[in-house]
Amino acid sequence: MELQYSLDKNLLRILLNGDYLGFDDNQSREDLLSQIRNGNAARIVIDAAGLRKWDSSLPALIFDLSTAADGRQIKLEYQNFPDSLSKLTELARLVDRKPDRRQEEKLPWLETVGSFGIAVTQAVAAGLSFMHQTFLSIGRFFAGSAVMRRVDFLFALEDCSYKAVGIVSLVSFMVGLILAFVGAIQLKNFGAQIYVASLVAIGMTRIMGAIMVGIIMAGRTGASYAATIGTMQVNEEIDALKTMGISTQDFLVLPRILALTFTIPLLTILADFMGILGGAAVGVGMLGISASEYWTYSLDALDMTNFTVGLFHGLVFGVIISLCGCYYGVNCGRNADSVGKATTQAVVSAIVWMIVATGIITLIFEVLGI
Amino acid sequence: MTSGKPQIEVRSLTIAYGDFVLLKNLNFSVNRGDIFIIMGGSGCGKSSLLRVLTGLTPISGGEVIIDGLNFGRASAERRNEIMRRCGILYQSGALFSSMTLAENVALPLQQYTDYSEKLIKELVDFKLALVGLAGFGEFYPSEISGGMKKRAGLARALALDPEIVYFDEPSAGLDPISSKLLDDLIIDINKSLGTTIVVVTHELASIFDIGTNSVFLDAGIKGIAAAGNPKDLLKNPPNEQVLQFLTRGAK
Repeated sequence: MELQYSLDKNLLRILLNGDYLGFDDNQSREDLLSQIRNGNAARIVIDAAGLRKWDSSLPALIFDLSTAADGRQIKLEYQNFPDSLSKLTELARLVDRKPDRRQEEKLPWLETVGSFGIAVTQAVAAGLSFMHQTFLSIGRFFAGSAVMRRVDFLFALEDCSYKAVGIVSLVSFMVGLILAFVGAIQLKNFGAQIYVASLVAIGMTRIMGAIMVGIIMAGRTGASYAATIGTMQVNEEIDALKTMGISTQDFLVLPRILALTFTIPLLTILADFMGILGGAAVGVGMLGISASEYWTYSLDALDMTNFTVGLFHGLVFGVIISLCGCYYGVNCGRNADSVGKATTQAVVSAIVWMIVATGIITLIFEVLGI
Repeated sequence: MTSGKPQIEVRSLTIAYGDFVLLKNLNFSVNRGDIFIIMGGSGCGKSSLLRVLTGLTPISGGEVIIDGLNFGRASAERRNEIMRRCGILYQSGALFSSMTLAENVALPLQQYTDYSEKLIKELVDFKLALVGLAGFGEFYPSEISGGMKKRAGLARALALDPEIVYFDEPSAGLDPISSKLLDDLIIDINKSLGTTIVVVTHELASIFDIGTNSVFLDAGIKGIAAAGNPKDLLKNPPNEQVLQFLTRGAK
C-alpha cells in the first residue's frame, strides 16, 4: 500500500496500485500537497489502473488533493477510476453551501465593560421580572384564577415532602452530632460539658436546621426543578404552553413554589429534632450526661423566638430554592448541555442567595433585637 | 446495486413488550446493496423493528442474522463488532450537543481505529463534504438547521465505512427540498459505496424514489401485510390497506 508519484515537466502523475485500506501515509500526502501548493505542477493525473481494494481513506486523500488543486486552478484528471470511486469523489466536491458564520469581534475595553454592565443589568431585570410574574401568579392563586392543576401541586408536594425525610433526618442527625463534638472539646476545658445540650438546641433551631434543609433541598429539589423544566424547554413543551396562552408561571412555577415553601418549614422542624437527637447521642453516650439532664437543659435553652426564626429562614429558603430552580429551568437553552448548565446554576445560585438572605435576616433581627 | 445475496435475514421474529406482542412471525431478508424500506401506518411497529435490528431492544423470539451471524444470540462483544459495521441515522440526527460537527464525526474513528489525528481530520473533512457540509466542522449542532443536523448525523453514521446504514424516518421534519436532497444522498451513497440501506419511513415520495425492496407492516395482523418493490406493490397491491397507504387513501 504505497503511493507512487512523479513530477515530470509540470505533470504530476500519481499511480494507485494495490489496496488502500486505512491509508495513512502522511509523508506522501504532505509532499503531494506541497507540490501542488508551490505551483510545481500545472497538471495532475491520478491513474487507478492498478487499484484493488479501497476504503474512505483513498477518496479522502483525493478530495484533499483536488481541493488544493482547485485553489491553484490546476487541472486534475482521473484515469481508469472505478465508477464507485469517481462518483464518491464527485459527491464530496458537490458542496451546495458554504458556511456563513458571524465572526466574534474583539471590542475595546470600555465597550467590553459597558457590554458587561448591560448584560448584568439585563440579567437582574430578567430575574426581577420573573419574581414579579411569580408573585402575580401567587396572587392569582389566592384569587382563585390561576391555571394550576392540583395534581401537579400534589406531585411536587410528594417529591419534596416524605421522600426527603430520610436524607434530611440523616444529615441533621450528623450535624447535631458534629456540633456536640466540637462544642464539647471547648466546654470540657471549663468543666461545662452540660451546656452542649444548650449549644446544640439553640444552634439547630435558630439557624443550622434551616440551613441544612436548605442546602439538601437546593441539591435535591432545586436541581430537579431546573432539569425537569429545562427538559420541557428542550422538548418545546414550554413553547406549547405559551402558544396555548397558558402562563408558565401558573402552570409550572406555582405548584413547585407552593409545595417547597410549604414543606421546607416542616422539614426544618424535623431537622431541629434530629439535630438535638444527634447532640444527645454524643452528650449521653460519650460525655456521661444523663438522658433526663440533657433533655432538661435542651428544653431550657429552647425558646419560641429561636424556633420561629428558624422556621422563617426555612420559609425564605423555600421561596429562594424554588425560584432559582424554576428560573433557570424556564430560561434553559435548547440542548442537553444547557440542561446541565441550568441545573448547576440553579443549585449554586440557590445556595449563594440562601447565604446572602441569612446574612440580611441576621442583620435585621440583630437590629430589632430578636 | 443490489447483489441478490441476503445481508440481513429476519426469521420468525417476534417483538413483544412484556405480555404485549407488537409484531409476530416476521420473515424477510435484505439483500446486499438494497435500499430496503420498512413502511406502515403509525404505531405498526416500524421503529420497534429498527430498534431490534440495531440491538437496542432485545429479541422476544426468532432470529436476526446479519452476514451469517446470529445477531440476537451473539455475545455483547460480538454484537458490538457487528454494529461497528453498521451506521445509524436517528430521526433527530442525535448529534452530541457539546461537540462540534467535526468532533461528532471523529468520535467513532477515534474510538474504533488507530488512525493518526491527521488521517482522522482528513476523513472527517471528507465525510462532511460527502454530505454537503464542507467547512461546517467547527459548528455546533445548535448552530445549524434540522436538515443539516440530519446530514451531519449521516456523516457520523458513515464514519467507519459501514456496510449497512439504518435510517429512522429520515424525512421527518424536513421541507420537501431538503427531504429530496437527503433521498438523493441516500441513493448516491448506496451507488458509490454499495452500502446496504434500511429505511424506516411512511413518506410516500421517499418510498417510491429510493426503495428497491420493502415490507409493509400491519398493526392489525401484527405482521407483514405485503413485501416487494414499492412500485410493484403500487401496481399490484395485495390488499385494500396497502393500496390505501400507497395512494394516500385515494378512492
